[in-house]
Amino acid sequence: MAEFWHGYLWPTIITVVEILCVLVPLLITIAYYTYAERKVLAYAQLRKGPNVVGPFGLLQPIADAIKMLWKETVIPSGANRVIFIAAPIVTVALALVAWAVIPFDQGMVISNINVGILYLFAISSLSVYGTIMAGWASNSRYAFLGALRSAAQMVSYEVSIGFVLVTVLICVGSLNLTDIVLAQRHIWFVIPLLPMAVVFFISGLAETNRAPFDLAEGESEIVAGFHVEYSAMTWLLFFMGEYGNMIMVCAMTSILFLGGWLPPFGIEPFDGVAAHVWHIAWLLAKVLFVMFVFLWVRATFPRFRYDQLMRLGWKVFLPLSLFWLVLTAGVLTAMGWVPSH
Amino acid sequence: MSFLARGARGLLLSELLSGMALTLRYMFKPSVTVNYPYEKGPLSSRFRGEHALRRYPNGEERCIACKLCEAICPALAITIEAEPRADGSRRTTRYDIDMTKCIYCGYCQEACPVDAIVEGPNFEFASETREELFYDKEKLLANGDRWEAEIAQSLSLEAPYR
Repeated sequence: MAEFWHGYLWPTIITVVEILCVLVPLLITIAYYTYAERKVLAYAQLRKGPNVVGPFGLLQPIADAIKMLWKETVIPSGANRVIFIAAPIVTVALALVAWAVIPFDQGMVISNINVGILYLFAISSLSVYGTIMAGWASNSRYAFLGALRSAAQMVSYEVSIGFVLVTVLICVGSLNLTDIVLAQRHIWFVIPLLPMAVVFFISGLAETNRAPFDLAEGESEIVAGFHVEYSAMTWLLFFMGEYGNMIMVCAMTSILFLGGWLPPFGIEPFDGVAAHVWHIAWLLAKVLFVMFVFLWVRATFPRFRYDQLMRLGWKVFLPLSLFWLVLTAGVLTAMGWVPSH
Repeated sequence: MSFLARGARGLLLSELLSGMALTLRYMFKPSVTVNYPYEKGPLSSRFRGEHALRRYPNGEERCIACKLCEAICPALAITIEAEPRADGSRRTTRYDIDMTKCIYCGYCQEACPVDAIVEGPNFEFASETREELFYDKEKLLANGDRWEAEIAQSLSLEAPYR
């Protein structure tokens, strides 16, 4: 009995509590990210966003969620019911599952696997499935076209993301995300690898179908692309999956290039629990900043046409990231800085 | 432009960054949002809103049932029936405007020789049933009494141009 408790039940309870500690704030962040998007875009357009529902419109996401729950879920008659329902579930599940390997502080990660980067890359590759399933199961022309475009776009930009990851990887010598953060103790990777950070950020925008690469789901182009046939709860899940993926890309940018939880110049005025809070606050600040840049970019640029988008992915980013990878490898070897693990 | 200059601009994303700087500057400019319904936008004195039937200063209704407004209305929204009143004057017994047919063009107020039917400055008269929008004579006269001050002011501002 004691074996069962110590070996199985108690660790399970701890893991469930850890998961809740990550997921509940994440879901609230996703909800308020939609609010932030509306406000930031509004202020960039010389207007105010939602400011009626609560003080400064802060209860807007809650009002939206309640409205969404009361809406009628419509399933098209020709749709493949099983895959139609499964697609948003797959999307949102993958968006949430990726957070298992994100370190919030040294030792504060749900699952400290040694192949963290590979796991994240695999999850982002799997999320293409959610898109394709949605477009196919909708049994609708626009949904199908939108899904094909979305999927092709996601896959194309994953290639350059992969090369950027490898560039960071050879600077660190380990796939473990905690090691990647710790390797930035002396200098954040955004400084020596600035072009790679920019390529990663822009490819992250394209990966999450985010403006200016949102042709596949642009409101004025193809209505809602692959999720045009989805209504209340199912659409909400897609929405949450998309915003969850966006926050994930922001977290990855912060961890890979902005030093994760490390404060700038290594300022560590606290120890104990306060040090944990200090580190988590720094990670949060960096992720929030990158999230703001996502919105800033959306407010500024017009949409890419689909062929321009694909050209950018294959003919600009891929050669650039490949070239920089070879350059980094060359510099590391020539200066003898290759990490030895 | 030379290849190097274009290449440098493309690599350094200078145009993208200057665009983003503009957007950032705009985020700190005062917004132009009008906080409706607590603030409202300015209206011209020519604004054509909810209709009203006016009266003379002594309280006598202006409308003399000439039916010019009914004749000119492009949407046939006005319905008039007339009879001599007890004191012998020419007055309407029925003056209905169907506000759902009306196109708010203002021809009726242009046609009226005695400035009886006018389009006032009110635009906030939405209702929850269609029936409430079939205005009859009482409703129009009541409108007139309620909005007379503003209507008179608009008319005096517009008089030089009519």
